[in-house]
Amino acid sequence: MNINFTLISQAMAFAIFIWFTVRFVWPPLMRAIENRQKTIAEGLAAGERGKRELELASQRSGDVVREAKQRASDIITQAEKRAAEIVDEAKVAAREEGDRILVGARAEVEQEVFRAKEILRQQVADLALAGATKILRREVDEKAHAELLASLKAEL
Amino acid sequence: MASGTELTPTSYMSHHLTNLTSSIGEGEFWTLHVDTLVMAALTGIVSLGFLWWVVRGATSGVPSKRQAFVELAIEFIDNQVKSTFHGDRHAFVAPAALTVFVWVFMMSAMDFLPIDIMAKVYGLVGLHTWRSVPTADVNTTFALALSVWLLMIFFNMKVKGVGGWIHELVCTPFGKNPLLWPVNILFNLVEYISKPLSHSLRLYGNIYAGEIIFLLLGMWAATGLAGTFFGTLLNAGWAIFHILIVTLQAFIFMMLTVVYLSMAHESH
Repeated sequence: MNINFTLISQAMAFAIFIWFTVRFVWPPLMRAIENRQKTIAEGLAAGERGKRELELASQRSGDVVREAKQRASDIITQAEKRAAEIVDEAKVAAREEGDRILVGARAEVEQEVFRAKEILRQQVADLALAGATKILRREVDEKAHAELLASLKAEL
Repeated sequence: MASGTELTPTSYMSHHLTNLTSSIGEGEFWTLHVDTLVMAALTGIVSLGFLWWVVRGATSGVPSKRQAFVELAIEFIDNQVKSTFHGDRHAFVAPAALTVFVWVFMMSAMDFLPIDIMAKVYGLVGLHTWRSVPTADVNTTFALALSVWLLMIFFNMKVKGVGGWIHELVCTPFGKNPLLWPVNILFNLVEYISKPLSHSLRLYGNIYAGEIIFLLLGMWAATGLAGTFFGTLLNAGWAIFHILIVTLQAFIFMMLTVVYLSMAHESH
């Protein structure tokens, strides 16, 4: 155990080693570690945020689905109602149309009947007139009795 | 073992405990323990160089196993420093603690090298006296402890100012009363002397004693068959136990460094 100049040399070596560590070893690694810690913290925060967003989104999608179902059932109900209405309207329209056709047909028939009567009456009048003419050949002057003949024809 | 001399226990012991010296001037003080210096420099360069090599390629992404190991060691030390030193530890104290821990551990770990085999290996390159363990040389431990002591005084003056430091020397721990000044000064003197002594001699004593026990077991192993058997067994056991001692002593040395430096930063 003898103290000598080795002590001072070792102290110098120690100083150099400390300087080296302070300068070259410690800062880069601390920087790397701190950067990683920051990255991890950010990642964790992002994960948390993502989870919350997912929760929110699933809630929102549930709402949307529920609303869509509601609307779909509304639409179906409306459509059924509308279909029933259309059917009713069609029935009414058909009945009206039928009535109108019936009325028209009846009017036509009446008209036809009337015309037939007219023709019949005309023929009867002609016939009567022809009969009367035959009977009264001499006495009847067509010219003198034209007025009388026409009123007769109308009366028949 | 030195060639040409008769092998006695005394020569065996003294051979293994003799430094390779080199004189650089007149007088006993101007000698160098070449083996201590070279081994200390080698262990320091290798271990800190390894750290530097790993750190240079350090990524803040997913670390490699190598980087993870270095980070584990450094964060362990950083946590120790954080719990003791309250200030900007990254500027000096924490890296200094890292240097102390790694270097002291590596220097003491040279004790694990089998002492007689290493002597043969050194003998092959012409080094007949060569001690592998720098921390078993009191010069190394004193160098470290005194460096820490000087740093302690430097930080005392830097943080508190020269006046503040002197005030602390005179007025603590017992009080400001002028009657108490001599007691305070005496107390602080004892403290300032005992700090580097206990700091350095604790490490030196543990490692030196470990080396001596390896040597004693080696001597026993040379006494016969039973001696070889038990010597080998105990040598292995002591080596395993010594791993704990070396790590513990490196840790204690580092913690004391940190504690002394943080005490220098705190005013009473």
